[in-house]
Amino acid sequence: MGNTAHPPPKSLTIRAEAPPRMLTFVIRRLLFAIPTLLLISLVIFLIVDLAPGSPMSQIPLTIPPDVRVKMLDAMGANDPLFVRYFLWLKQFFIIEPAYMIDSWFGTDLAQGAPRILSWKSRSPVFDVIGQRLPQTMTVIGTAYLLAIVIAVPIGVYSAYRQYSWFDQVGTFVALVGYSVPTFFTGLLVIVIFSINLQWFPSVYDTTLDVTDWASFWKQVRQMVMPVAVLALFNAAEISRFTRASMLENLGQDYVRTARAKGMSERVVVLKHVLRNSLIPVVTVIALGIPTIFGGAIITETVFSINGIGAYVIDSIKSSDLPALQTLTFIFAVLIVVFNLIADVLYGILDPRIRYD
Amino acid sequence: MLDARATPTPLVQVRDLKMHFPIYSGIFRRHTGDVKAVDGVSFDIMPGETLGLVGESGCGKSTVGRTLLRLYDPTAGSVTIDGTDIATLSPEALRLKRPTMQMVFQDPQASLNPRMTLAEIIGEPLREHTTGDAATQLERVYELMNAVGLNRRFARRFPHEFSGGQRQRIGIARALALNPKFIVCDEPIAALDVSIQAQVVNLLEDLQDNLGLTYLFISHDLSMVRHIADRVAVMYLGLIVELSPRDALYANPLHPYAKALLSAVPEADPAREATRRRIILKGDVPSPANPPKGCTFCTRCPQVFDRCRTERPALIEAEPGRKVACHLFTTPTAGSTGSVEVTEPNQQGVSK
Repeated sequence: MGNTAHPPPKSLTIRAEAPPRMLTFVIRRLLFAIPTLLLISLVIFLIVDLAPGSPMSQIPLTIPPDVRVKMLDAMGANDPLFVRYFLWLKQFFIIEPAYMIDSWFGTDLAQGAPRILSWKSRSPVFDVIGQRLPQTMTVIGTAYLLAIVIAVPIGVYSAYRQYSWFDQVGTFVALVGYSVPTFFTGLLVIVIFSINLQWFPSVYDTTLDVTDWASFWKQVRQMVMPVAVLALFNAAEISRFTRASMLENLGQDYVRTARAKGMSERVVVLKHVLRNSLIPVVTVIALGIPTIFGGAIITETVFSINGIGAYVIDSIKSSDLPALQTLTFIFAVLIVVFNLIADVLYGILDPRIRYD
Repeated sequence: MLDARATPTPLVQVRDLKMHFPIYSGIFRRHTGDVKAVDGVSFDIMPGETLGLVGESGCGKSTVGRTLLRLYDPTAGSVTIDGTDIATLSPEALRLKRPTMQMVFQDPQASLNPRMTLAEIIGEPLREHTTGDAATQLERVYELMNAVGLNRRFARRFPHEFSGGQRQRIGIARALALNPKFIVCDEPIAALDVSIQAQVVNLLEDLQDNLGLTYLFISHDLSMVRHIADRVAVMYLGLIVELSPRDALYANPLHPYAKALLSAVPEADPAREATRRRIILKGDVPSPANPPKGCTFCTRCPQVFDRCRTERPALIEAEPGRKVACHLFTTPTAGSTGSVEVTEPNQQGVSK
């Protein structure tokens, strides 16, 4: 109990040491994730496989049936289900990571093993994802960031001035943003701003290279509408969450304590209330991040953005099972990973949470 | 401490303080009434004195405490603390005045920010209101932790890592940080175990002796108030019904409500406990949104007469140093007293 064993801290601002159990918790959760993900991959595989449709449905009718069978055999589409499943597992978990490492470090781990090939384009699925990911990240990522930047201050101020005209307008806009689907708002802004006002292009040009100010400006102009539509939708949700969380904390006793201490309103609201209110908000934001990678399927289709979301729709239309299986499984992995990240963030932000 | 009362200027002067909370109802949330939580309260507290404030749940005790420090904006009335009228200060002037008046809150768990360490909780007002460097402030934090009996090794812990009694010590250390003159203790022991209650009350008394503090001690624990207070104010439905020196009040309460309230206190002496007669009040407390027209206690008073139902009694000096708001003491020809009290013999070991 002596003070010598544990000298008192020298500074007021030192935080409590990070909980040592955190690492154990993360490792345990990752181990638990393995059977979960294996089960998910099997379920996805079975569902995708059971879905009606043939990869040959888009091949011209003039191709004779025996040629079609040969084509299916060449793709491996006629192999038994479990042969294809285990081959896909091996390709996804061993061969594709090997190719990835090869391309980063110039090694030769894969040794030319067959990759996961799209039935439609015959090119590796991961290459297509690599080509399309930047489009999705740029548009959807920007929309998500914008949504957070807009929504959090709106939520904070709405809660601080509950039932004021600002709050009422915010509530109304959030309700509209959340309840009107993006395919409707998307088409609405296209009609208004592309067709009637002709301010922005209605089709997103994926091939545009940003090299100078002129092309940068062009890129900004074509991003405005999809970003705005998605940001409205996401901001509606996040601002509601922020507001609810702020309201809950504003009524807490410790806020009265902070006022009694003689802290300024700014410190009371931004330091005491906001820091506590952000705990659930950060979780919601973290859980929403997989949707960035997943791409907003509908929004990408409405604005003709060749991102991941459009790829998903494409693969469904052409019964491109390997591509669909791989994409869906990647989303599943991301959701599991970001759930874990949200849990860890919760523990970092809230000292009361313990990982036992 | 009785000598201190000879000092002419009170530290805290409350005059006709009212705190009404508006009720909004209907589709358009129109203002349809007020909860009159505090409805015209006046009292003084001398420097170094402890004024106890007692009453049943919902009578407005805590609201008085919070309004006194303007944690609520009062509806009417004035609160003069150390020469400044708190009720009319601008927000910034009020903030700068906060160091002289502090509060110890009822719920030590909820009143501490869960994301701040003990050192941050106690040190925050120092950073805001003092000019010393970080080392001086830290030294002051340790000094305060010593004063309330907390080991300085705890400085980096969070509130949830402490027991209830320790948390209340943190709350007290926080309140003391800026050398206040006046502290409102809002049921500081209500959330604590009995064994811890005594520790915290003794700590408050020691701090008062060492630092010359003035307390408003709000509690529903009548025996604890008897232990700590110099004078006691009894509240009922937003009003003070009796304000007397402690010993006089406990020996001979004047107001019928004070009599009923004090009759509920068990006696430690079995001989006296056996003869204790409880006065059982009938009915419920009226709604503070719609209090009775005359005396607020007229619906339950065992000694009620006609005048009580029409005219509200003022708080007047009935005996030297004792104030009471009751018509029994305003007119010399009051009705007979004590004849219709409903009493119940208290039997040892029989719980009601």
